[in-house]
Amino acid sequence: MLTLLRAVIGRDLRLAMRRQADIVAAMFFFIIVVSLFPLGVGPEPDQLRRMAPGVLWVAALLATMLSLPRLFADDHRDGTLEQLALAPQPLGLIVLGKVIAHWLVAGLPLVVLAPVLGVQFDLAADALGVLVLSLLIGTPALSGIGAIGAALTLGVRGGGVLLSLLVLPLYIPVLIFGAGAVDATVSGLGPQAHLSLLGALALGGVFFAPWPTAAALRVALE
Amino acid sequence: MLEASNLECVRGERRLFTDLNFRLAGGEMLHLQGSNGSGKTSLLRMLCALTPAASGEIFWRGRAIAKLGEEFRSELCYLGHQNAIKEELTPLENLLSSAELAQETLAEDAAFDALAMVGLRGREDLACRYLSQGQKRRAALARLVNEKRALWVLDEPYVALDAAAVELVASLIGAHLQAGGLAVLTTHQAVAVPAGAVRELWLGDADARQRSQ
Amino acid sequence: MTERVINWFKYASPQTFYPLAGRLIPWFWALAALFGAAGLTIGFLLAPTDAQQGEGYRIIFLHVPASWLSMFIYLVMAFWAGIGLAFNIRLSGMMASALAPTGALFAFLSLWTGALWGKPMWGTWWVWDARLTSELILLFLYIGFIALQAAIDDPRRADKAGAILALVGVVNIPIIYFSVKWWNTLHQGASVSLTKAPSMAAMMLWGMLLCALGCWMYSIAIALMRVRTIMLERERHTDWVRSLLDDKG
Repeated sequence: MLTLLRAVIGRDLRLAMRRQADIVAAMFFFIIVVSLFPLGVGPEPDQLRRMAPGVLWVAALLATMLSLPRLFADDHRDGTLEQLALAPQPLGLIVLGKVIAHWLVAGLPLVVLAPVLGVQFDLAADALGVLVLSLLIGTPALSGIGAIGAALTLGVRGGGVLLSLLVLPLYIPVLIFGAGAVDATVSGLGPQAHLSLLGALALGGVFFAPWPTAAALRVALE
Repeated sequence: MLEASNLECVRGERRLFTDLNFRLAGGEMLHLQGSNGSGKTSLLRMLCALTPAASGEIFWRGRAIAKLGEEFRSELCYLGHQNAIKEELTPLENLLSSAELAQETLAEDAAFDALAMVGLRGREDLACRYLSQGQKRRAALARLVNEKRALWVLDEPYVALDAAAVELVASLIGAHLQAGGLAVLTTHQAVAVPAGAVRELWLGDADARQRSQ
Repeated sequence: MTERVINWFKYASPQTFYPLAGRLIPWFWALAALFGAAGLTIGFLLAPTDAQQGEGYRIIFLHVPASWLSMFIYLVMAFWAGIGLAFNIRLSGMMASALAPTGALFAFLSLWTGALWGKPMWGTWWVWDARLTSELILLFLYIGFIALQAAIDDPRRADKAGAILALVGVVNIPIIYFSVKWWNTLHQGASVSLTKAPSMAAMMLWGMLLCALGCWMYSIAIALMRVRTIMLERERHTDWVRSLLDDKG
């Protein structure tokens, strides 16, 4: 089981490394979206500090949306997905591997970038720490839940827009607890409650979402 | 070993075939024929349990494949219309990773040998996007060289290949049949397979069959 | 036991369900009109004017049933979708797609009437109240379901994909509702909750219940009508639809 997971993750990471432009584009999208907000609402540090958690988290959701359509589309186009579906292991396990790989190339970079962008918004050190922590815990849930949408919209016309329509409402709890954790830190309450709820969502997203995703992939392959 | 009973295929609003029956034993090959759009690929995908049949059932070793699941898939090797080759990876990486995902052990030496056998010597480390159509197909077919699974389902294995490669693939299939394996394939080329019993199955109306004969 | 199962599956075939639905529809329409008229009579004529909210509160006779129905229909839709997915019954998938627009309509009505109520009560069309926000998200979920089904050409695939989405949605709705409530209490949202009228008179409650029943009957009637149309559309090449159309034509 673990060898299979390692094989899937290894393959997807290798593919991502040969196509770094995608990762870099999603990262710059994240940076640009976040940087647009001060231009839109004005540079008062107080206001920016209050907005920062929400802005960073919404931008993280959008940046994830950008990389999701390709999660299965490439494999679908070249026939690899059929081979994965015919592998003698549960497809859900393979999906889990792909979700982890997706997080490593699409979620983790956001976590790494977040402190730099947080400084733009004049966040204090403790809030920055919680922001990074909340993204670290929450982004795996984004990859997991997003995989369901990516599988459902596979090969469907207008897939990209439809994907956002399906997935973004499901992201709302992650957004609320993720941004809420930072908010709670800023306002002096502890972030523990938010972070543990976020952790529960992430566990659910990563370990339960692969099964409906696998079912949706089988439907898409019919 | 492989048995289909009363299969029916409906695509969109069209009924492609109905009441399709066959039985295939070890060492036998089923050669599917029929005009374009007669449901050959659909039938192959049904045999792989990728597409459910509109009605009827498929049995493997006497049990319905829909119920067998992983047990059946571990004995199945499917080569689809698309090559299942990653353009970014080299033929060697493709071969190794597909073996790894199928949970088979394939030594690197064996992989090199297999690639040499399908005529890709010297191109093992070139990303597949630089290969020609025929070479990509060869890279995909390299999987068959060390393939030990009992049932091969091949969709147009000879397409885009030159005469020498066609002969090679035919001999691979022959060896597989001789070892007691089964094969189901579609092709428009008349290719003699060196060993094993070949059965033919025509899909579509009788007229199409008359015309092409 | 087996007999009953067979009996049920008989009605699960579109061919037998189509005429049955046709016979039921007028009854549900009649009940919808009856309950609706009774509920609105109580709501607008008999129920006392609210001491705090004046006449404006009477919108709850539409708002509350619409909210109830919008949530309930999602559950029913997910139930049918799940049955269809598990037992591969065509009719279930059709029922799910027939219910979605009605559910979306009620979610929209609930938001609209909520806004109409909010204006005189809070002086603003929209507040980020936990219930309204959840209702908005529910509307998004409905729209996602409808859009996904519309985007897939093959009806069977559309049914299955929609079913998976509906089931995922049903698992998520409690989580979303809980998180929105959490978010709302943290941010000190609206203090007046829409459905928590200070002391609901028995008369108001009756009016509301009758209106809800009316909406319910309407939903059944319209869903049956829609499912009949879907059946004709999807099975237009089968013998039973052909003979049906020939009889009429």
